[in-house]
Amino acid sequence: MKRCDKMVDIGRRQFLRGGGVAAAGMATAMVMPTEVQAKSGALLEYPINRLGNMSNLKVNEPMEVAYPDGDAPGVLLKLGKRVEGGAGPDGDIVGFSTMCPHKGFGLNYNAGDKTFNCPVHLSRFDAEAGGQEIWGHATQNLPQYTLRVDDKGDIYAEGIDELLYGRLSNVL
Amino acid sequence: MAYKRQIDRLPIIPKDAKEQNVTCSYCIVGCGYKAYTWPIKKEGTATSNAMGADLGKQQDPNTSAWYSPSMYNVVKQDGKDVHLVIKPDPDCVVNSGLGSVRGARMAENRNSNVTNTQQQRLTDPQVWRNGTWQQTSWDDALDLVAQVTARFIDKGKEDDLFVSMFDHGGSAGGYENTWGTGKLYFESMKVKNCRIHNRPAYNSEVHSTRDMGVGELNYAYEDYELTDTIFLVGGNPLETQTNLFLNHWVPGMRGDSIGKKKKELPNEAHAAAKVVIVEPRRTVTVNACEEFAGKENVLHLQINTGSDLALFNTLFTYIADMGWTDKDFIKNSTFDGTTKPRAVTGGDSPPPKGVAQIEDAAHPAVLGSFEVARKACKMSVAEGAKICGVSEADIKLAAEWLAKPKQGGARRRTVSAYEKGIIWGNDNYRTIGALVNIALVTGNVGRPGGGVCRLGGHQEGYYRPSDAHVGRPAPYIDDLLIKGNGKVHHIWANDHYKTTLNATEFKRVYNKRTNMVKEAMDAAAGGTREQLVDAIVKAVNAGGLFTVDVDIIHSQIGKAAHVILPAVEAGEMNLTSMSGERRLRLTEKYMDGPGSAMPDCLIAAGLAQNLERVLRASGKGAYADQFKGYDWKTEEDAFMDGYNKGNPDVTYDRLRAMGTNGVQEPVVGYKDGKLVGTTRLYTDGKFGAADKRARFCAGAWRGWQAKGKAEQKEKHAFYINNGRSNLNWQNQFLDQENDFVLDRTPFPFIEMNPDDMKELGINQGDLVEVHNDVGATQAMAYPTPTAKRKETFMLFGSPMGQQGNVVNNGVNELILPDYKHCWANIRKIADAPAAVKHLSFKSKEYVAG
Repeated sequence: MKRCDKMVDIGRRQFLRGGGVAAAGMATAMVMPTEVQAKSGALLEYPINRLGNMSNLKVNEPMEVAYPDGDAPGVLLKLGKRVEGGAGPDGDIVGFSTMCPHKGFGLNYNAGDKTFNCPVHLSRFDAEAGGQEIWGHATQNLPQYTLRVDDKGDIYAEGIDELLYGRLSNVL
Repeated sequence: MAYKRQIDRLPIIPKDAKEQNVTCSYCIVGCGYKAYTWPIKKEGTATSNAMGADLGKQQDPNTSAWYSPSMYNVVKQDGKDVHLVIKPDPDCVVNSGLGSVRGARMAENRNSNVTNTQQQRLTDPQVWRNGTWQQTSWDDALDLVAQVTARFIDKGKEDDLFVSMFDHGGSAGGYENTWGTGKLYFESMKVKNCRIHNRPAYNSEVHSTRDMGVGELNYAYEDYELTDTIFLVGGNPLETQTNLFLNHWVPGMRGDSIGKKKKELPNEAHAAAKVVIVEPRRTVTVNACEEFAGKENVLHLQINTGSDLALFNTLFTYIADMGWTDKDFIKNSTFDGTTKPRAVTGGDSPPPKGVAQIEDAAHPAVLGSFEVARKACKMSVAEGAKICGVSEADIKLAAEWLAKPKQGGARRRTVSAYEKGIIWGNDNYRTIGALVNIALVTGNVGRPGGGVCRLGGHQEGYYRPSDAHVGRPAPYIDDLLIKGNGKVHHIWANDHYKTTLNATEFKRVYNKRTNMVKEAMDAAAGGTREQLVDAIVKAVNAGGLFTVDVDIIHSQIGKAAHVILPAVEAGEMNLTSMSGERRLRLTEKYMDGPGSAMPDCLIAAGLAQNLERVLRASGKGAYADQFKGYDWKTEEDAFMDGYNKGNPDVTYDRLRAMGTNGVQEPVVGYKDGKLVGTTRLYTDGKFGAADKRARFCAGAWRGWQAKGKAEQKEKHAFYINNGRSNLNWQNQFLDQENDFVLDRTPFPFIEMNPDDMKELGINQGDLVEVHNDVGATQAMAYPTPTAKRKETFMLFGSPMGQQGNVVNNGVNELILPDYKHCWANIRKIADAPAAVKHLSFKSKEYVAG
């Protein structure tokens, strides 16, 4: 979680100074090719992005991604245990935003108890319970990707279930 | 799966949106927010908006150009639907843009007929009629209340009227509303059988510190940034005063504020603050202090519950023995026996030397000089360590951190913060007094980086005529009601059913007594008003109780009421409150209240006017005259009639101009277009007694003070500690209809050691019954490895399981309840229900990745 560590540093600096410092280079992941999606009009139009392939994932090792664009960091995670909302043949693949929905600082992943943790204000989210805030200050649970895995094992994100921190529209 | 709102975009606040000052209506910290409202069919754009930001881009962490779905709603303003955003104010010095998990849901917890939030809000008066509650007019409802009440009161004879009334700020409290009710019950009447929202009597939670001349809110939040040591007792500020902790404690603990210390307090050594925590439970605050200050700078004295007094007296003795006292302060600012004491009761004989106040029924300890207290409180480190269950070394280390002068000889600055752990704890009077002793003996009151303050629950907002007629000790209202006293009960936003002690018995008797009146009213169906009132009076005289409930929702005790009157909250009215550092702000009205709901002050005025009319009609003209003076049209009129008369500099216009930073009370003037306040109290070394000298409390340790505690402990297996949490605001009156909260807390949790659970065959999420000699309640088991064996912690005040059901009726001499000390047995009653299946039961403590 190299990039998340950087987010932590930015977070600590900003917390120290009371904000206002630009978070340079916070997201580096590439946006994958977008599939064409039929327009409905009523719902927000999310890109359908290939975030990776099953073969890229190792159990309990988060893979850095970005969705719905390069400025929205997140992770794909194979939990090794079927969970509600999990994708893939084992129903154990999940994807989350890693910007804390409280103040936007980067979350660390704790592989020990499979939680996302904010080092700045100490909020915690459960990767195995749909990103439920175990304890913390955010008034949302952690935004989770709607994932689909195709026959080739490619993992696509098709939407997000909560508003991402730092944007008033998930798709900018 | 966890609850998700499925909201992926929000309307943008336009540049010309109306901006209103808001102080968070929940906890005492009083974070600043701004409420933005604008017409329903308009919004800003990515490039033109109230935030002046380019919203086409991802915003940085800590941005003020973002708001969460919980900060948004659609509400009525002047009868029209408008968008509403309530977001934290980055320019407020209290929170610097931080929002807590409570305050950041203020918008979502507004009543909306568009988004269907808070549909539980009361909209119109209701009267028990034809076997249920029926909606009616204010005139009809207030007439019935006045007709019945007038039958049981007369000049100088008002003891059959029992009143439960909030005394807090924020929420639906505030200076306007405490004045409205205060004027009615303490000026027009002299009601003595009354109580406050969270305790069964009308008394102070902190009598001893006040008697010692030290008001309980004497510091400024910035003292945590200026201090050498934070001394936390019986508090959990990360959860219950969140942004005080994050925005003021953390910079102090991390050393971020050292520059500020050097600048403001030159010529002394400075380092990051150390922390001493006295708390039987390992809270998330302990964890957070370790994270921010480093474990080596945090000393958690995990004492045996209830032994705080022994610990403080030991620390006091040891500090004095080591000579770490502030001799100049003691000499110049504390009672030394040579000055004339303010008041001494107990006969004409002069008090013993060094005694300012003898021990009597109203004072559970002697108050006096340092030497008198030192003698009475004397306790060796060995003895203290034994009683408290902590090591002698730790006690000595704590004393060093609290009192040992710094390198170079400068006095150590220590700020002491305490809350319900000792307020609702064992031997309230002496324990709080003993803590204040430590602050006094080290000169840590009235100086930067010092202070000895309660952390607080709600904001404050108390302005009432004198309550001296209530007496001290005050009547134990809930016990009197159980024993059949009282004929009419007026309730103002109290819910005894969820928050009182001995609640199993209270509810049983209260239901019975109010049901007698309901049956009488049912039997009088179709009759005239006079016949109805006669029927009620007859039932009351046979042991019944007529109950009027003023609230914003139909509360649990409200289910027993005969008349229900709907009130509004902050934001639905203009409302002034004061925070934990005495910061006074005006929350502006930004939306309409639901239906015909009104501010409490105007309801009180309406009730007074109806009483005047009814009393005059019944030939009690002189008594009726006492109910004049309520011709208020708005809450501002009530504010001017009350608070402004005592504080003529303070007006709504001036407070509005002071914005979310407001002014710290006491307000001492108005200069250059600004109100001038007071950063901290007692900076001149003069305290709140006639001789301006603070008193020490000479209260020796005496074990379990309240009735029945020691016996209950002997007979039951588990300690049932209890209190608040981060997420659930007080008795959850609004949160009980908040989907985000309910998803996480469908039932009150009880944190248990996993080995205890295993022994009893309890799995995570199972429902358990907590039962003892006074009642039973139920909760959801939450495995907590850091919990000591046989020591649990249950969420208090929940609508789904009232912890107060199993708290016995033991109180201190001044009727302060000891809610925290409760022992019971636990048994499983049900497997984890469906509402629990998706829950996370992982540790609440932060663990670095």
